[in-house]
Amino acid sequence: MSMKPLRVKLSVQPSRGLVDEKFTVLVHNLLPGFQLTIHALHQCEDGHSWEAFAHYTADATGTVNVSEDPSLDGTYSGVEQMGLLWSLRPVPGSKPGLRMRKMNVQTPMMVTISVYQGHQTEGFLDQVLLASVEVERWYMAPGVRRVLITESKLTATLFLPSGPGPFPGLLDLWGGGGKLVEYRAALLASHGIASMALDYLTPQMTKDTGRMVDNDYFETAYRVLEQHPQILGSRIAMLGLSFGTSFTLGMAAYSQVVKLSCAVCISGSHVQPIGSSVEQIMTYFQGKAYKTRFDENNQVIWRDLMLPIPTDPSLKVDMGRLQCPLLLVVGEDDQNWPSSESAMDMKEMMERAGNSHLLTVLSYKNAGHLIEPPFMPFARASTFKTVSNPPTKVMALWGGELVAHSRAQEDAWRKTLVFLRENLYGGMKHGALFSNL
Amino acid sequence: MDMKQHCVKLSVQPSRGLVDEKFTVLVQNLLPGFQLTIHALHQCEDGHSWEAFAHYTADATGTVNVSQDPSLGGTYSGVEPMGLLWNLRPVPGSKTGLRWRKMNVQTPMGVTISVYQGHQTEGFLDQVLLASVVVERWYMAPGVRRVPITEGGLTATLFLPSGPGPFPGLLDLWGWGGKLVEYRAALLASHGIASMALDYFIPQMTKETGRMVDIDYFETAYRVLEQHPQILGSSIAMLGLSFGVGVTLRMAVYSKGLKLSCAVCISGSHVQPIGGSVEQILTYFHGNAYKVRYDENNQVIWRDVMLPIPTDPSLKVDMGRLQCPLLLVVGEDDQNWPSSESAMDMREMMERAGNSHLLTVLSYKNAGHLIEPPFTPFTRASTFKTGTNPPTKVMALWGGELVAHSRAQEDAWRKTLVFLRENLYGGMKHGALFSNL
Repeated sequence: MSMKPLRVKLSVQPSRGLVDEKFTVLVHNLLPGFQLTIHALHQCEDGHSWEAFAHYTADATGTVNVSEDPSLDGTYSGVEQMGLLWSLRPVPGSKPGLRMRKMNVQTPMMVTISVYQGHQTEGFLDQVLLASVEVERWYMAPGVRRVLITESKLTATLFLPSGPGPFPGLLDLWGGGGKLVEYRAALLASHGIASMALDYLTPQMTKDTGRMVDNDYFETAYRVLEQHPQILGSRIAMLGLSFGTSFTLGMAAYSQVVKLSCAVCISGSHVQPIGSSVEQIMTYFQGKAYKTRFDENNQVIWRDLMLPIPTDPSLKVDMGRLQCPLLLVVGEDDQNWPSSESAMDMKEMMERAGNSHLLTVLSYKNAGHLIEPPFMPFARASTFKTVSNPPTKVMALWGGELVAHSRAQEDAWRKTLVFLRENLYGGMKHGALFSNL
Repeated sequence: MDMKQHCVKLSVQPSRGLVDEKFTVLVQNLLPGFQLTIHALHQCEDGHSWEAFAHYTADATGTVNVSQDPSLGGTYSGVEPMGLLWNLRPVPGSKTGLRWRKMNVQTPMGVTISVYQGHQTEGFLDQVLLASVVVERWYMAPGVRRVPITEGGLTATLFLPSGPGPFPGLLDLWGWGGKLVEYRAALLASHGIASMALDYFIPQMTKETGRMVDIDYFETAYRVLEQHPQILGSSIAMLGLSFGVGVTLRMAVYSKGLKLSCAVCISGSHVQPIGGSVEQILTYFHGNAYKVRYDENNQVIWRDVMLPIPTDPSLKVDMGRLQCPLLLVVGEDDQNWPSSESAMDMREMMERAGNSHLLTVLSYKNAGHLIEPPFTPFTRASTFKTGTNPPTKVMALWGGELVAHSRAQEDAWRKTLVFLRENLYGGMKHGALFSNL
């Protein structure tokens, strides 16, 4: 039946939200039983188009509410309030190996949500469009300030929450791909934590000198946070993903300078030659490169490089020395790092040492390596450029299954924020300036 | 009682909303019975600071919800969900005669909402700040496009709603002495109506030629809308305020080849010498300038310039010839134009002619002249630069009382949107692409 005489009404609220906020997608003024497709389209910064879509049937009141009604088919099925975002995938014909990452956090991610007649699966541009809205998803909440940090040869960006402060601080480390990746630090600042994204693999000083940073680079970053007039020097955390975990644990256990309130380690390991520099650690891993495997699609599996977990104590961080709470987040299908095995070994070490009360492990079945903030599109594999000289480009297998991994991202993020809040704010004597957390 | 041990939590949702959207202000984690002040601070584009504040007492659950709990004092009292915005006034010590208007609609209005301990009335910068958030208020919804228009000698800006269109169109006219004021057109586009803000006071062509515009200038603007590929030429409305009303009525009744779907006239009059040019109309008003009065503060009252409403039919638009629905919005305390008297006379003319079924009048007791979109700070009088050569600066009395005027703005806007939708979309054959209206 043609919908033309009625005005189909589509609303997405909020139309401007943070990337980790849920939205409500409502379609009204449909005929009861009307079949429609809700479609999401996003063009990322590289120019690639990503889409998701789902098939719905209007109820007796002529309404579809994505938060309550099941998708009958599409890029997701069942009741999935945020499915239009986390099931985004490159449109047909895109080049393989894409991964969505927003590098410019000062502008929002724009998504066009549209309603099409019938249960469509392709060729959306030619279909009958019934309604369309644009939605913005922001990494920076109103009032969050972005401050470039170049002092003491750092290559970093500090995000200060809105308000006068002072705020707890956090050092945010990504993994082996390098670059200065700001979005998680920006989002943490939107939740009240002054967060510094640190480029430790490809910083300006390495570009200038050809030399990798030393461990004091991380200590310098910590000091900059500690001494910042708007940051509470006694309330600093570290968050590392993948290779970033190595330095987070190394600093937490061994640094005389770094005194953390808590640490969060995602998809990483404690396995590393103790007392080594960044360069030496990378050399150690490169020495194990013969253990690289390839799946049936020639995608690179790197998880075995650190397996088996060594028994030699000089080859892993002495977890018994840890004095602050630690949250480990691992995907059990991580094909890139042996996160699960490492987490189990860390737990054993801490049980033996008597400090396992500090440890919390979040372990997610069928989640992969790239455990990102919630609603981020899932990539089971993507092109990865190593930071070696010369760099090599491979298709890295991260692992994970779409739905389980997306659920893991949502759950892990929520629990990470709770963990950080409890440990950064707990017992604080100041009136905490909690804003929109 | 010392709040320092607790983490006072302040949230304002949505943190990014449209200027006519309501927000919810929630303060939690207070001690029951705790006295606090909620304060709003905004720095406008001219650099002036505006503030509002209200006194609350936390309930038994330690919560204050501005949408549900009464303010006990401050710049407003009682239950006022949006009081923190419409109550904004220049901070003590500001220069007099300020009027709040956002000229750059591509950036949001930033408002800092803060929670202070105790019932404070001044010196907020020195008070104990418990929590603070920054909130953004936008005139342009995501996807709305801003298009400067210079064709046909016009100085105008067209705002296109998000989506492919086509959309109904609207010509938006402010009062005399205005510049290119875009915010209402931007907001209308956020509601699905392609709206053009038109500068007719000193547009580019007047700057270049020294000659004032004439009626054909406005007719050209209508044509540009009518011929725009994304606008439905058969669904065009006009909205005028103050002097813009005279132009709107003149065109609705007399312009050939122009067929409005409907017209909205705010705080204006049908009184003008028929067939006169814009310049002649102004001369007529200047001729009555001796009727200008002054109140006890030496503020200018212009309403008598057009009183009494003439009986001579050559001095007012022949309302009996109107063929489209008309919505009149008048403030009964309008001290600038005789809007109420004009509305009554227009109604009489239309009743006599038999077309009064087209007329709807919204008349607001104790509302003044400047009936703006909702939550706009109220100004009872402000500095006004006249259109004479050379221009003089006076303090114009607009009229109105804070609370009644603010309620009128909210009610009138809601009804204006309904009126426009019914008349622009009603009977449309196309599937209308309603988005977030």
